[in-house]
Amino acid sequence: MPDLLAPFAYDYMVKAIWVSALVGAVCAFLSAYLMLKGWSLIGDALGHAVVPGVAGAYMLGLPYAVGAFFAGGLAAAAMVLVRQRTRLREDAVIGIVFTSFFALGLFMVSLNPTAVDVQSIVLGNILGISDADVVQVMIISLVSLAVLLAKWKDLMLVFFDENHARTVGLNPRALQILFFALLAACTVAALQTVGSILVIAMVVTPGATAYLLTDRFQVLLVLAVLLGAVTAALGAYVSFFLDGATGGIIVTLQTALFLLAFFFAPKHGRFAARRRALATREAN
Amino acid sequence: MNLAATVPDEAWNPVALPSLRVEGVTVVYPNGNVALREASFSLGAGTIAGLVGVNGSGKSTLFKSIMGFVRPSAGRVEISGMSVQQALKQNIIAYVPQAEEVDWNFPVLVEDVVMMGRQGHMGFFRMPSARDRALVDTALERVGMTEYRKRQIGELSGGQKKRVFLARALAQEGRIILLDEPFTGVDVKTETAIIELMRELRASGHLMLVSTHNLGSVPDFCDQVVLVNRTVLAAGPTADVFTQDNLEKAFGGVLRHFHLGGSDLHDDGDARRVTVLTDDERPVVFYGEHNTSRPASPTPREEK
Ligand SMILES: Nc1ncnc2c1ncn2[C@@H]1O[C@H](COP(=O)(O)OP(=O)(O)OP(=O)(O)O)[C@@H](O)[C@H]1O
Ligand SMILES: [Mg+2]
Repeated sequence: MPDLLAPFAYDYMVKAIWVSALVGAVCAFLSAYLMLKGWSLIGDALGHAVVPGVAGAYMLGLPYAVGAFFAGGLAAAAMVLVRQRTRLREDAVIGIVFTSFFALGLFMVSLNPTAVDVQSIVLGNILGISDADVVQVMIISLVSLAVLLAKWKDLMLVFFDENHARTVGLNPRALQILFFALLAACTVAALQTVGSILVIAMVVTPGATAYLLTDRFQVLLVLAVLLGAVTAALGAYVSFFLDGATGGIIVTLQTALFLLAFFFAPKHGRFAARRRALATREAN
Repeated sequence: MNLAATVPDEAWNPVALPSLRVEGVTVVYPNGNVALREASFSLGAGTIAGLVGVNGSGKSTLFKSIMGFVRPSAGRVEISGMSVQQALKQNIIAYVPQAEEVDWNFPVLVEDVVMMGRQGHMGFFRMPSARDRALVDTALERVGMTEYRKRQIGELSGGQKKRVFLARALAQEGRIILLDEPFTGVDVKTETAIIELMRELRASGHLMLVSTHNLGSVPDFCDQVVLVNRTVLAAGPTADVFTQDNLEKAFGGVLRHFHLGGSDLHDDGDARRVTVLTDDERPVVFYGEHNTSRPASPTPREEK
């Protein structure tokens, strides 16, 4: 039987666990909004689009967050522009933009293979995170959380009914830009934890799971954040024993919880629906 | 009219007597489509105004420009002497959306939606006060939705859904209420209830602009009518504007209509005839000698 407390004896493990929890919490917060609008793919797109920014930042010796944020913003602007100027569908636009950014990123890495550890961008490397990176991730996550705590209700209004949001004096355009800026920032933070390929899971799955469990947005937010934080922390903890990629474990845990909710949620789960169907058939 | 009597005794009341002025508004969509050209009309406090026109005539566009959602390329909208932006900041305008505009799967309960009406009145952290809660309770009560307050909004009937958004407008305490087709898909009972509520609001000085295809009800509850077809064709008191001539002009032959007169209707040489005009919902009936005759109103809606 392994020593369950062993991970806590290592500094790097303790750091990994709480950094993961923090990132998991913010990403989950955003996931509650993202999946309601059918914008989930944008999270995926941003995760891939930041890669050239990270590569460029490493080459120039800048903090990687700066480069990633820059590339993310550029990608978002490119998507908006292509969307406005053409009649292409959203998914096609997103697909074109993010693959081209990702390809550019891989190309930059191949030019300068020693400067960037591509694997740590694509797959994440929370167990080996440097102290400087911890500081960056912490600032991003805490600032984002603070902004979200102050603005969650206004954002909810904008996502639910833009026209009404306007009539109560809000500025929907500004709030949408704020949301996507936070999303880009948190995508960057999540790169370290789960890597660019799995960022999409962090910004979709907790919200989707919570959606099956409640009919109230404020409850959904709390559930999503708890799910995100706990699965991320647990994933980091478990990866100590399994010696596996932390990102893979975190996302597997989130998926497992999603499946549990999918089948067993009290109101929206498959079994509940089945029970209701049976009950009405017997009543007739 | 005794104006003082129409001022509601509410603690919060930025404009006792709301007014709306649309002046030469032209709206061009990005694709070059001119949805409205030099539309002008104005409305005062204590009014229910019907906004009538064919599909695509620019009714929703007009609403959007009153809410500042589309910026007119010419002309201006003035709300109680203020710009649209200022008026929005003061929560003067409330909007009851068309049913198709709402995401019914959104995880919110009925009472949450009504509370959204209060959000512009709340402080930085958007915490509802006791007054906010009381207003939500009253609004739900007034539209008869109290017993459904814990339902998710998608789990309601069409008429109940309309009532929820009406309650939100009440809770918002907007003095100008824009209603985009509130009668589509509701039964006579709900329609009567909505009209009753609008009359109460009119008595307390509210200004309502209601788009509808329900021509038969217009003379019944609207004291003003705005006829649109890519511009404002006519606007003013219902009796002057809502005539057969004007309607035929506004609808340009797309209305279903038929005349009944001469020997089909009368045994003598009576020249009067019945004309029925309908835009697919409750028809409007004219009776008289000329196209300028008034609608045969009030429509006997109470008859069961
Ligand atoms: N976003 C848009 N871009 C371009 N044209 C538009 C846009 N929205 C509306 N239009 C056009 O503007 C005109 C007015 O549309 P609007 O929605 O205001 O009509 P409406 O009177 O509300 O119609 P309905 O009775 O069907 O609700 C229509 O011809 C429509 O095709
Ligand atoms: Mg419309």
